Amino acid sequence: MVSIGAAVKDPGSTRKNKTGSWRTFKPTKSEKCIQCGICYNFCPEGCISQEIEIDYDYCKGCGICAEECPVKAISMERE
Amino acid sequence: MDIDAKEYLAPGHRGCAGCGATMAVRLVLKALGSNTVAVSATGCLEVITTPYPETSWEIPWIHVAFENASAVASGVEEALRSQGKEDVNIVVFGGDGGTTDIGMQSLSGAMERQQNIIYVCYDNEAYMNTGIQRSSSTPFGASTTTTPAGTQSFGETKPKKNMAMIMAAHGIPYVATACASYPQDLMNKVKKAAETKGPAYIHILQPCATGWGYDPAKTVKLGKLAVESNSWILYEIDHGKVNITQKPANKIPVVDYLSQQKRFRHLDEKHIQIIQDFVDQQSKELGLLE
Repeated sequence: MVSIGAAVKDPGSTRKNKTGSWRTFKPTKSEKCIQCGICYNFCPEGCISQEIEIDYDYCKGCGICAEECPVKAISMERE
Repeated sequence: MDIDAKEYLAPGHRGCAGCGATMAVRLVLKALGSNTVAVSATGCLEVITTPYPETSWEIPWIHVAFENASAVASGVEEALRSQGKEDVNIVVFGGDGGTTDIGMQSLSGAMERQQNIIYVCYDNEAYMNTGIQRSSSTPFGASTTTTPAGTQSFGETKPKKNMAMIMAAHGIPYVATACASYPQDLMNKVKKAAETKGPAYIHILQPCATGWGYDPAKTVKLGKLAVESNSWILYEIDHGKVNITQKPANKIPVVDYLSQQKRFRHLDEKHIQIIQDFVDQQSKELGLLE
């Protein structure tokens, strides 16, 4: 029997791949955060929670969260 | 903003830092919810979200070739219908290559047959996955690897294909343009598309740091500059009625958008004027300018 195509039965399994190792600059949240959720909406990794906790296992350090933060509560620092 | 807390696109995907495609698709999926089947044409999104044997998708997802994503989605719709499941969202994701070039005929067919599907084009204005080759969605002036700027060639010499209007010409009930820099606007349109009986088409402009040449932190900024300069106009055509959904608060000249990108840095004033005239013409056609 020749197989046609392939099925992956493990949804969300890219979580095995910790893309945090790609990061050069690390975002850090300060107490200025007003929990507006803008960084949550824009994070391309979906690795900022609605409580604005950053999951460094996956954060690639793109800096969109710091760039878009309306109160400059996120700073980017070289690791 | 009312937003689904569940993630339908898991992290760990291989998108570049600052990827506009995953930013947009994540929001689209949040608007659609879990009762959704997705079909992806070949392209960046497929490659970065499904490095075999892993997948980022938390909903049923099918990858097919560039050419036939809309045909496969039509088949999914018919199969579900035959099982009495008519309340499932069926969404297709195609890049600009998979939509405006290679997937065009199967997409046109699905629209003409009035399939009850949502087609989402994430448009980064070139074949980014294979190395920034021009597509018919590449705008005038852009330097790509097949339209390089240099002494022997100028960059893209033809204007961008107006895909949303081509879709509107099919007489389908819902067509919209969108941009992830305006998440509420994007998600409203996706929800409207899901509620629409019959086909819906959403064309998302998606800035790409790798292909356009800008700092990855500026993906959202670039989308906003595109909209504020009228280079990308956010509108919907709901059952034939055109509605501009986001008018620029402060209209800026197109050079403010172009100058932020390496792909346009070879342009001189004369070329920029050609682009400004083109943008003004498109704005006039949509009733944005007098």
